[in-house]
Amino acid sequence: MGATATAEPSNHPAPPGGRTPPRVLGAMIALGAALIVLPWAIGAFGDAWVRALCFVTLYVMLALGLNIVVGFAGLLDLGYIAFYAVGAYTYALLASPHLTEHFPALAHAFPAGLHVSIWVTLPIGASLAAAFGILLGTPVLKLRGDYLAIVTLGFGEIIRIFLNNLNAPLNFTNGPSGITLIDPVRIGSFNLAHPGTVLGMHPSSLVLYYYLLVAVALLAILVCVRLQDSRLGRAWMALREDEVAARAMGVNVRNVKLLAFSLGATFGGVAGGLFAAFQGFVSPESFSLNESIIVLSMIVLGGLGHVPGVVLGAVMLALLPEALRHTAVPLQDALFGRVLIDAEVLRMLLYGLATVGIMLYRPRGLWPAPEHGMRRAFGRVAAANGEAAKAVSGHG
Amino acid sequence: MDTLVQQVINGLVLGSLYALIALGYTMVYGVLNLINFAHGDVLMIGALSALSAIGVLQGAWPGLPGWTLLLLGMTAAIPVCIALSLVIERVAYRPLRNAPRLAPLITAIGVSILIETMAMLIWGRNYLTFPRLLPDAPIHLGNATISVTKVVVIVLAALIMGALLWLVQSTRLGRAMRATAENPRVASLMGVNPDSVIATTFAIGAGLAAVAGVMMEATYQVAHFYMGFIPGLKAFTAAVLGGIGNIAGAMVGGIVLGLIEALGAGYIGQLTNGIFGSNYQDVFAFIVLCTVLILRPSGLLGERVADRA
Repeated sequence: MGATATAEPSNHPAPPGGRTPPRVLGAMIALGAALIVLPWAIGAFGDAWVRALCFVTLYVMLALGLNIVVGFAGLLDLGYIAFYAVGAYTYALLASPHLTEHFPALAHAFPAGLHVSIWVTLPIGASLAAAFGILLGTPVLKLRGDYLAIVTLGFGEIIRIFLNNLNAPLNFTNGPSGITLIDPVRIGSFNLAHPGTVLGMHPSSLVLYYYLLVAVALLAILVCVRLQDSRLGRAWMALREDEVAARAMGVNVRNVKLLAFSLGATFGGVAGGLFAAFQGFVSPESFSLNESIIVLSMIVLGGLGHVPGVVLGAVMLALLPEALRHTAVPLQDALFGRVLIDAEVLRMLLYGLATVGIMLYRPRGLWPAPEHGMRRAFGRVAAANGEAAKAVSGHG
Repeated sequence: MDTLVQQVINGLVLGSLYALIALGYTMVYGVLNLINFAHGDVLMIGALSALSAIGVLQGAWPGLPGWTLLLLGMTAAIPVCIALSLVIERVAYRPLRNAPRLAPLITAIGVSILIETMAMLIWGRNYLTFPRLLPDAPIHLGNATISVTKVVVIVLAALIMGALLWLVQSTRLGRAMRATAENPRVASLMGVNPDSVIATTFAIGAGLAAVAGVMMEATYQVAHFYMGFIPGLKAFTAAVLGGIGNIAGAMVGGIVLGLIEALGAGYIGQLTNGIFGSNYQDVFAFIVLCTVLILRPSGLLGERVADRA
């Protein structure tokens, strides 16, 4: 019994950096080409699909960010969407006429309205989100698992309540009706909303946003992969497996936890800023608890702590609503002559089922991390080991 | 002064409801160390099925008096909630009892989404009006008023909590529950069947949630598929405030939280010169939660440690 409980020496050292095997390189090139062609191919079925793709990339960023907190560091955060909200509102306030309309002093300083460039707003949004991450992280440092979940959930709700109510006496957020007329992304003099001709082609604004979002999402993936293999990433995983042991090994638990919160939040902040720019409109409705749970289902479905799995989960669940709209609704129409369950409800139903089913039958997700990474946290082996250890300590 | 008395009354009503719900959280947490995220949704199902039952009864026997209807609605809701809760326990929690801690928590969230969505399919997404069953002439206490329904809430909650304390402290079942909470393995060596004790705990919690759900809709006269979520969160806060796992703590925590909320909502406007209004009421519970967790994680009456590896 004791032998199974002890950690086995790592037989699979991480592959040395540097040389990428040709097979992987080929796959990456093919994937890159597919990502470039995708909007043009799928655009043939309608702009809605390209728009859905854009949301997929936003969800990929969110899922990656939440994965840092939940998957890498093992801290269950149910209020993650709050950071998305912080990023989105930061962009919205700095790049829309809202503030200058409601604060005469500001209007005096900026007669043309506030139109801060995305190069400034995005970093500000990201750092504000990171600051909120630390703000949330500091009081909950000592809490574990379930308490943490409830406090973060409460935090998410508080942010939403404030967004809903901070329209009086001073109108900061414009309340439930949200902020409109947000500037689109401008890179230099190039406006993504009115692209005109690019390289002899006439891409729609949606397609260009898609490219921008995909680029940022790829960057996010790269950052995550590099983080995972870094000293910090290993510290997170040690923390996730056993906090006491990690501390004994010299991991600075406080700093490492705060870094997880703030880095995770940064991803949310960036995604939020891009969301505001892409959508041109933000309101508290987009940042409900349901959204936090949707992002959580994505990473649970894909495979907690495993970057490719998380991306897979995000892509699957983010495409689901669009797919349901095109399959479930006509199908019900054909079968019953009317729509019994509309796509939005069906989506939540499937999310719930997926979350429960995955946890019961495939707790490590559809595309789990290789054995040596995740097994103590979510494997069946781990459960058995835990039992054995408990039994042993119980006798002592 | 008038506001004070009125808000204390409102706080007591709210607090009694929170306490009833918090008991479900705290008992389950006591035996399983699990936050039953779906508890608020069990309450919602109870409230909505009572509403449907009352609707059917009113259609069949139009002459039935209000209190009979309320009682019958409650007796219809309790078995529904107990059955639902037992199914949840059996299907979603029991297989994961020895899994790592995050697993049952995530499953619980999934179950909660499922129940809410199904309730939305059955009862629709609109707010439903709960009929006025008890006489609505207010009873005057000085300048403050209290309705009959609210009196019933407070009295009923007090009776139930008394009965529960007796059950846990003085019966064979209660002893088995306390033993399971202490150490399931040793309890089973002493002849306790932990599975049945855990199932009973879920059932009692669900019954209390049903009563709380019916009384809640009777007091505020609305029911909705989402009505369980916020009270569930608040009740959890109450359980933590009192010391999670501690039954008397859940009662005290519920009442205290109800009072804090009612008084906070009543006075925040005056205190902040109108910058913050009573629409920030929901924030208080979370502030209380964070403060308790930081300053005294074991809660007001709790001896349990919050941090369990």
